[in-house]
Amino acid sequence: MAKIVAGVGSSHVPAIGAALDNGKTEEPYWKRVFSGFEKSKKWMAETKPDVAIVVYNDHASAFSVEMIPTFALGCAAEFPPADEGWGPRPVPVVEGHPALAAHIAQSVILDEFDLTIVNKMEVDHGLTVPMNLLFGQPKDHWPCPVIPLAVNVVMYPPPTGHRCYMLGKAIRKAVESYPEDLKVVIFGTGGLSHQISGPRAGLINSKWDKAFLDGLSKDPKKLTRIPHIEYMREAGAEGIEMVMWLIMRGALDDKVDEVYRFYTVPASNTAVGHIILENKHKAAGKGKRAAARKGAAHKGRLAAAAKTTHRIASKGTR
Amino acid sequence: MARTQQDYDDIPGTFVFDAERSREGYGINMFCMSLMKDENRRAFKADEAEYLKRYHLTPEQADAVLKRDYNRMLELGGNIYFTSKLGATDGHSFQYLAALMTGSTQPDYAAMMLAGGRSVEGNRSKSGKDKPVKAKAATKGAARAKSKPAAARAKSKSKSTSKSKSSAKRK
Repeated sequence: MAKIVAGVGSSHVPAIGAALDNGKTEEPYWKRVFSGFEKSKKWMAETKPDVAIVVYNDHASAFSVEMIPTFALGCAAEFPPADEGWGPRPVPVVEGHPALAAHIAQSVILDEFDLTIVNKMEVDHGLTVPMNLLFGQPKDHWPCPVIPLAVNVVMYPPPTGHRCYMLGKAIRKAVESYPEDLKVVIFGTGGLSHQISGPRAGLINSKWDKAFLDGLSKDPKKLTRIPHIEYMREAGAEGIEMVMWLIMRGALDDKVDEVYRFYTVPASNTAVGHIILENKHKAAGKGKRAAARKGAAHKGRLAAAAKTTHRIASKGTR
Repeated sequence: MARTQQDYDDIPGTFVFDAERSREGYGINMFCMSLMKDENRRAFKADEAEYLKRYHLTPEQADAVLKRDYNRMLELGGNIYFTSKLGATDGHSFQYLAALMTGSTQPDYAAMMLAGGRSVEGNRSKSGKDKPVKAKAATKGAARAKSKPAAARAKSKSKSTSKSKSSAKRK
């Protein structure tokens, strides 16, 4: 079966993409940012996921105000980089995984998460910048297929943190019911604190951000109770993007290993946050590959995983 | 019709792009979206007021666009991801727009960001709720805090921000 082994949280600041595309990575300002992702790239190269699910938001690129889907799952075979006003970013076309995406759509909709299915979509910096940060700058192909999940965080109200967290659980259940052995990593992107609109633009709240990262690691359920007003007041009007990290977190075990964290201020107008969380039982799947890798069947862990799945099922349909 | 008051209207210097603003600002945002095409940028530049007629803006909205009053555009339903396309059409960087919206100069704004950004202290609330909301034992129904009216919200349970670790990086 397919299995989500880890979650990655990462900011998706457009200026990071511009710095990459314009060869500014060695400038001290940007080196400070990129140096925080060196270990992450190694981690990703070692983890070698078969598929990445990337939770992100579109910034008036694929979706204008004509359609504002709350959750839009990319089920296409490929997603070209969007022209955000300076021509499309010079990154490879993002290849999808239509079979797994369709399976996820079917499963989570029956779990009462009414996704929008998107079969044609361009993807902007919200998706491609975190991919660069974790996969580097491949010339022709990204190392694995990607399933984009675009979340509306542009028009208020975005989905609540709790809703996002529960969707993460439903996605996990969907992935684990997919028959093929696939190792999946899920990204939550956006944030951390930033406000880019109005007279309060430039707001950064490092204390709040760090508490958010701590909560993500140790007590995500507490984060699901944060009301929207608090995100906006404490982390800036655009800081509300952070709810997307809770989809990633919901798709992981209740208890995870925090293997890496990075935080720096600023990149352009934004606090850059990054975290890597691994499920404790990375090889707990019943897939042959997973079992072979560990050299044991891990029956106890399997039972635990099954229990978790059941609990998700009952919670996800309330 | 007067805008429906919302709890987040208490946040200073902030125009939340909510469903009401999205409805009112549809024309502004679709106008801005049109600027993604070069032919439209040229048509707009050739006669700004004439071009705007295609998007049925209110006189106030058209005035804000023509005057490049970015805060007013936000107040009248523009969204920053859209209005920044107008800034790009004018050849301005995002930082230029940010400085403009904050009433700062671009070098001052850049310096503020490098120094860690605008502090949340003193910038949380117009009505004086200018401190982190503290968890209170007496809070009723904290889990449903998001649906509380503004008066009750001040007491609602919240994440303490005082215990975060200062280490930016760890393994």
